Amino acid sequence: MTAAAAAAAEAEASVAAAISVRELSVRFDGDAGSITALDRVGFEVPEGGFVTMLGPSGCGKSTLLRAIADLVPVGGGAISVFGRTPEQARRARDFAFVFQDATLLPWRSAIDNVRLPLEVGRKSGVVEQHAEPEALLALVGLDGRENALPHELSGGMRQRVSIARALVHRPRVLLMDEPFGALDEITRDKLNEELLRIWRETGTTIMFVTHSVPEAAFLGQKCLVLSAQPGRVREYVSIGFAEPRALAMRDTLEFVQVTAHLRSLLEEAR
Amino acid sequence: MTAASLGGKGAGTATADDGGGARGIAREARARSPAVRRFRHAPPVIAAAGMLALWQLIVSGFGVPGYIAPSPVQVLRVFFEQGEVLWINFWPTLLEAMAGFALGNSIAVVLAVWFVHNRLAERAFYPIAVFINTIPIIAIAPILMLMLGNGYAPKIVIAALICFFPTLVNMVRGLKAVSPQMLELMRVLSASDREILWKIRLQSSLPFLFAALKIASTTCVIGAIVGEWIGSNYGLGSLIIEATYNFRAPLLYATVILGAGLAVAFFVTTTLLERRILKWKPGAVF
Ligand SMILES: Nc1ncnc2c1ncn2[C@@H]1O[C@H](COP(=O)(O)OP(=O)(O)OP(=O)(O)O)[C@@H](O)[C@H]1O
Ligand SMILES: [Mg+2]
Repeated sequence: MTAAAAAAAEAEASVAAAISVRELSVRFDGDAGSITALDRVGFEVPEGGFVTMLGPSGCGKSTLLRAIADLVPVGGGAISVFGRTPEQARRARDFAFVFQDATLLPWRSAIDNVRLPLEVGRKSGVVEQHAEPEALLALVGLDGRENALPHELSGGMRQRVSIARALVHRPRVLLMDEPFGALDEITRDKLNEELLRIWRETGTTIMFVTHSVPEAAFLGQKCLVLSAQPGRVREYVSIGFAEPRALAMRDTLEFVQVTAHLRSLLEEAR
Repeated sequence: MTAASLGGKGAGTATADDGGGARGIAREARARSPAVRRFRHAPPVIAAAGMLALWQLIVSGFGVPGYIAPSPVQVLRVFFEQGEVLWINFWPTLLEAMAGFALGNSIAVVLAVWFVHNRLAERAFYPIAVFINTIPIIAIAPILMLMLGNGYAPKIVIAALICFFPTLVNMVRGLKAVSPQMLELMRVLSASDREILWKIRLQSSLPFLFAALKIASTTCVIGAIVGEWIGSNYGLGSLIIEATYNFRAPLLYATVILGAGLAVAFFVTTTLLERRILKWKPGAVF
């Protein structure tokens, strides 16, 4: 790419890696033979970085996130999170996960759902600084709805609650698997901006899976494009837009060039 | 003949009333209006009153002897004239049914929790639970009588047994009905099995538990009464046997009605409790 992007990439390399994945392979053994979901995948995420992930359906994006979070056993290669194994990192409560649907507890109010991470898993002996649940709900624009039950909230509001819940124990790594996939475009844009703001304010390292090319380009400092069958890294694209980013940026030529590039990679990856 | 022609007419009306979708929706909207809500109990009440009146008419019209089929008025009179006999026998049955309900459901819940956390225990004991459930309760009753004598104990155990199985099955299902994503979320947070049980599994099993408790709330009364049939000189069950052998049909009917009333009271209590506790489950209750 451009010289500026190359320089940016070099500058990033000097920052310590939060997540480093080397030669990662994951296989699933089912009744109908075994599937290689990921095949020798390697990349690094700098500390405090925002990496988006694109790829055709079934290429192993969710599997990759889950391998990092120690939810799926690693078949080959290695993952290191702040120099630790995924299991150690999980036990140290470095992670938070956000799924496509909010996965809230229906009998708990919004605020109590946000508190859930503070009520469990403290046996691990980790003493962590936690954020104020009330402040987090305000951060995602839900002040005044603290006591609402999940079924009284809209889909977008529920997803905000789940983001607030993910942030409450101040995770060092936020893993998001198509968190806005089920939302309308306006809500999605709004939450994208909010997410960027939260990312700047908290300094959390974020990995974000999406099927939307503009979303991947707008959010990510880097975009990992995977190809399918088996899942391999197609290209690890650096996206060097000026920070802080604003939604209007998406109408610039620069942005369109990036999305065009990502799109062409996706076409080839299929 | 009267009954047959009436039945035919009733069936005809029911078909005509089963309106299409649009009419169904209109009817639902009407059902929500306050005036209709106030009278929503009117149809069953009127139907019941009508049937009682018909019963009275047939019995007195055809001169059916009271020891074969008593009239409603005769039955009603029993509640006033022999009220004491009824009440004396009501309390033991109430106690046995409640104790059996508590015992059977508690054991079922505890076992379900164990099964969910221990695959081996589930594989070993689930089939045994199924086997016990297949033995007719009426066949177990004498066995328990031999083992436990003829006090309260065997009746409580029978009532417990009859509650046990539906609750076990439902509770196991309910405890497992947590979404895989929720479990992944808890794993990411390094939550322990105990925390997952208390914070998530138990609450999400409540709708399943209440479905089972509603069944148990009526069957526990059946269990207690069946227990009293076999060898007992107190309780509604023994009163049923005694009244039958002595051709005291009005007393028999009154006893049956009292037993049914007990079951209905248990059922309503359980349903009200469910409504209070499962407020978070929109539209699931009723
Ligand atoms: N638990 C599992 N058992 C067996 N196979 C699995 C399992 N999880 C994922 N796979 C397989 O691994 C491959 C990658 O799945 P994955 O869910 O990671 O894809 P994805 O990129 O997230 O797809 P999508 O974009 O549709 O969410 C698929 O072929 C899938 O069938
Ligand atoms: Mg996926």
